[in-house]
Amino acid sequence: MVTIASPPGTGPDQGTSRRATRTASMAVLAGSLLALAAVVVLSIAIGSNRLSLGEVFHGLFAYGDGEHGYTDAVVRDDRLPRTLLGLLVGMALGLAGALMQAVTRNPVAEPGLLGINHGAAVMIVFAGALFDITAPTSIIWFAFAGALGGTALVYVVGGGRGTSSPIRLVLAGVALQAVFAGINQGMQVINTHNLDKMRAWLVGSLVNRDVGALSGLLPFFAAGVVLALVLGRALNAIALGEDTARGLGANPMLTRIGSMVAVGLLSAAATAACGPIAFVGLMVPHLVRLLVGHDERWVSALSMVLAPVLLLGCDVLGRWVGSPAEIQVGIVADVVGGLAFLFVVRRLKAVRR
Amino acid sequence: MNRRSLFSIAALVLVMLAVGVLSIGTGEFQLSFGDVLKTLAGNGTKAQYLVVTDRLPRALVGVLVGAALGLAGSVFQTLTRNPLGSPDIIGFTTGSATGGVATILVLGGSPVLIAGGALVGGLLTAGVVALFAAPRGLQSSRIVLLGIALSAVLAGINSYLLSRATTDGAGQATVWLVGNLAGRDWGYFAPLAVALLLLTPAVAALSRPLRMLEMGDDTSIGIGVPVQRVRPALFVLSVALVAVATAAAGPIPFVALCAPQLVKRLTRTPGPNLIASMCMGALLVVCADYAGQRLLAASLLPVGVVAAALGGLYLIFFLVTRRRAAWS
Repeated sequence: MVTIASPPGTGPDQGTSRRATRTASMAVLAGSLLALAAVVVLSIAIGSNRLSLGEVFHGLFAYGDGEHGYTDAVVRDDRLPRTLLGLLVGMALGLAGALMQAVTRNPVAEPGLLGINHGAAVMIVFAGALFDITAPTSIIWFAFAGALGGTALVYVVGGGRGTSSPIRLVLAGVALQAVFAGINQGMQVINTHNLDKMRAWLVGSLVNRDVGALSGLLPFFAAGVVLALVLGRALNAIALGEDTARGLGANPMLTRIGSMVAVGLLSAAATAACGPIAFVGLMVPHLVRLLVGHDERWVSALSMVLAPVLLLGCDVLGRWVGSPAEIQVGIVADVVGGLAFLFVVRRLKAVRR
Repeated sequence: MNRRSLFSIAALVLVMLAVGVLSIGTGEFQLSFGDVLKTLAGNGTKAQYLVVTDRLPRALVGVLVGAALGLAGSVFQTLTRNPLGSPDIIGFTTGSATGGVATILVLGGSPVLIAGGALVGGLLTAGVVALFAAPRGLQSSRIVLLGIALSAVLAGINSYLLSRATTDGAGQATVWLVGNLAGRDWGYFAPLAVALLLLTPAVAALSRPLRMLEMGDDTSIGIGVPVQRVRPALFVLSVALVAVATAAAGPIPFVALCAPQLVKRLTRTPGPNLIASMCMGALLVVCADYAGQRLLAASLLPVGVVAAALGGLYLIFFLVTRRRAAWS
């Protein structure tokens, strides 16, 4: 058993400590928002053309006064949509990771590592290969089905109700990913029609996405966020253990199912938008817990701010290191996230021999 | 070795030969089972002879690759005393792949050079895993999580290397990276066979201490096994086996994981079961290659893809049937 949550505010001076935590959390939130603003500017400025800060702001706020026609177009038509997409996907991944870690009480839970994003990917490839469906507004439903199926499978294989063994859960994810990847490749062999597009997409990338389609994904994303908000209090209770949760009036089964649906909605939106991306949802909630403690509502909220910082950061890094070409954000996230995961694993005390 | 083990080994070899002949006989030019045997014995027509000499090395490379992986898996699972302590879970296979890709892209792709690169990559990865697992050593379950993390990093590095390569090098490396037996001719077979002829006896020579190690370090030291020397030696040998196999066919996942476990179920004997694991590994690779060529009509799936999907299913089965295992 690995416990990631300790009961919040159980000391004698509960009131003051809670207020202090709250102030600290607000400070962290402010810092995170600043970081987010900074990475958004970087994401717009850095690319095959490096733009100056002035050009970025001109493109954003003074578009169309004729002075910087070309750079304005780069900002508005290329960099800004890409950045917005990264923001949305990052938020979805961060929140999904925070939810999964809370509900499984398992520090390694994350939709990318556990094969849920790959489940969504399988269904998207399936839709493209067999029915020629590639419009984002339609594939999102396939992605949702795949993500839900993947979540259910990983829970079942990973040990059912008490999915608290990190090794078992991660292995279940590795196994599912292998099977899903095999199915993906098999389907690509059967139908080479969409092959190249699929291959680029399966790596996880923010390039050349159809931004109009974003509006089709927004409802899924919004539904996931709302569901997560509703579940916040119950998730806090679950973190204290199943019996305590019941005593506090939470329904563990209902919470578990609700968070599974929320994770499915969020992973589906993220994967349909830019392919399966791992580790972003794993690292950020860990970092947030280090900063603000274990109130799941704060963890969820801050994960939604910091995950896009990480994702856009990886995207910028890929453009910067790979320049003049670029390295897809999925690859950068694998390297950065894998390294971070090494340290997370080292910190796990409760992994038995 | 008891009778059940011997019987299992004989059965594995027979099935493997049958699938091998089947695999040689099918393709764009079909040969019957009998024709393949006749040609192998030297009595076929010229066309048949050409087909068989073309496909025979592929089958043989598959057999040797599988045997090497099965042996490495068996040694490694015994060393870590963990059914999941297999080279692919722990990341050596991906590390060997990184070494191989780097070699292909920098030095070009002769099989011997790739083998060298794969060996260096595998050993470096092994070193990093050992370093991170340090406080509790190889037998900690944490090694599984470390391996998965490191695999992700290495896979990212592989993709990065590919993205920076020239079109030619990237093409060759991509095909190799999936785990493929297509186009493996005698030029691949020869170095692989030589390497196995060197490595297998070395492992065999250490098989007695290996069997002792399974009883735990204290017992082993008590009966006079030089644990401090035997363990690193076996460690390096099994990494070398994985590297050699990876150099020949690219990374083929899960064979090293499954083979020793399946053998354990089949022979019902404890201990490393080295010979049976080699046979099982060979059978698995030959079957996966055959399935990849014939499963989907007229389309060729690389052996690595089939092995990944089947191995993943096996791992799921393993997790479900071992709900209350000690390592969880």
